[in-house]
Amino acid sequence: MSTVSPAAPAVEIVGLRKSFGDLLVLKGIDATVEPGEVVCVIGPSGSGKSTLLRCVNLLEQPDDGKVIVNGVELTDPDVDIDAARRRVGMVFQQFNLFPHLTVLDNLTIAQRKVLRRGKAEADAVAFENLEKVGVADKARVFPAKLSGGQQQRVAIARALSMNPQVMLFDEPTSALDPELVGDVLGVMRKLADEGMTMLVVTHEMQFAREVADKVLFMDGGVVVEEGPAAQVISDPRHERTKTFLRRVLDPTHQDPT
Amino acid sequence: MADTTPRAEAVPRARLSPRKRQRISRGIQYAVFAAAVAAVGFGADWASLAEYFADLDVAKEAFPELITVALKNTVIYTLSAYVVGFVLGLVVALMRLSSVAVYRGVALVYIEVFRGLPALVVFLIFGFGLPVAFPGLEFPFEQYGTVAVALGLVAAAYMAETFRAGIQAVPNGQLEAARSLGMPQTRAMVSIIIPQALRVVIPPLTNELILLFKDSSLVFVLGVTSLTTELSKFGGDLAAEHADSTPLVLAGAAYLVITVPLGYVVRRLEAKQRKAR
Repeated sequence: MSTVSPAAPAVEIVGLRKSFGDLLVLKGIDATVEPGEVVCVIGPSGSGKSTLLRCVNLLEQPDDGKVIVNGVELTDPDVDIDAARRRVGMVFQQFNLFPHLTVLDNLTIAQRKVLRRGKAEADAVAFENLEKVGVADKARVFPAKLSGGQQQRVAIARALSMNPQVMLFDEPTSALDPELVGDVLGVMRKLADEGMTMLVVTHEMQFAREVADKVLFMDGGVVVEEGPAAQVISDPRHERTKTFLRRVLDPTHQDPT
Repeated sequence: MADTTPRAEAVPRARLSPRKRQRISRGIQYAVFAAAVAAVGFGADWASLAEYFADLDVAKEAFPELITVALKNTVIYTLSAYVVGFVLGLVVALMRLSSVAVYRGVALVYIEVFRGLPALVVFLIFGFGLPVAFPGLEFPFEQYGTVAVALGLVAAAYMAETFRAGIQAVPNGQLEAARSLGMPQTRAMVSIIIPQALRVVIPPLTNELILLFKDSSLVFVLGVTSLTTELSKFGGDLAAEHADSTPLVLAGAAYLVITVPLGYVVRRLEAKQRKAR
């Protein structure tokens, strides 16, 4: 862990705007994630929350605004984006494990090729992280042999193997069978407890309420409401947040029309 | 109105059930086939067929050169062109997908030209056009080098398109995952994308190998010696010499000995990929 001055946020997003063609997806987002903080982004589909997350490691190129991670401005055109991405782990909805590599090689390839770690060190780091997410016994198999929950935990371990300072999660449980969601959320909760800085786009309100320090509610490309998790989820102030949460937490409830 | 017995439902009784009709239809098809076989069997002049297509005395003369020279050269021409086509095709495919517009343009022109030209024309240019234009020009390994380059250039155009399709078949999430781990674009292509693309294109590339085996027969336009001859030319020369087609039958069989097993391998690989999906 490199030292970060206590004042500097881990992630700072300033006036972020992004459009796809004519469609303005992010209409000026400001947000910060402090070191060690867990921030959950919630909101209806199409609200721009995944795009926001993908802008944080520049998988999407923002049109305007700044993204600053650990004091490095990623939106600077001359930034070494590959160096910056090494310090930001990303977990995808569809896992995106490398199907032609074993679980172990999935975890070591970037360590070897990017961080130039030796084989012994890379293997040791890989096993330590597989142990942490509870799939160390699957190190030698190919991803296709694993359940969705196991694949996603391997994907988390793969990101952790680069020793990131921030972890981004893009709806990590949305592609999972319901009974496998708990395993992945359990791993994420453990990470949070260990003090990992996390930015999580999720539909798991229970997780957000219990684990997040802060919740952002996004709708229509703007942050509608943000605050402590318990407050935003249990006692939302804005009408749009209330409507969304009512639908998510009580899907069978019919709005009186 | 005195008829009070319930009337039987008027089910139209087909004279033949569908099962019986199907059986008759199949019987007719077998009969037609048997008749065709009989017509060929009785109608053909087996004596002259045997003399002109399966003359054992002529066949004996074809060996061992048919295998030791002709088949060997065909394999060398094909494999060397395949290697050239593979490497060049991969490079052209990457150029085709490059972010540099000039490379994309060059790759597109290359593919269109060499895919559009008959291989025969390319061979003629290499055999006669280039030596006349550049008298000092010599390819390494003489004839073998010329064939590897000429046939390889043609093969590369087809293979480039196959590689491109294979690379584009790898889901975008793979590149995103690699880049999010800090891999530069080139490293992500080499370690993540291309290995997966190669698996996808193995069956079509094996088909390309079969096509190259046949196209290697065009070498004759370069003029071959008794040492550099290949199957078609060898069979054709011997056939002309004896006024007997037996050597051509043997040469044809030699092609099939290579291509039929390759075709089998392609089918196996495709079935395996279908299952893996």
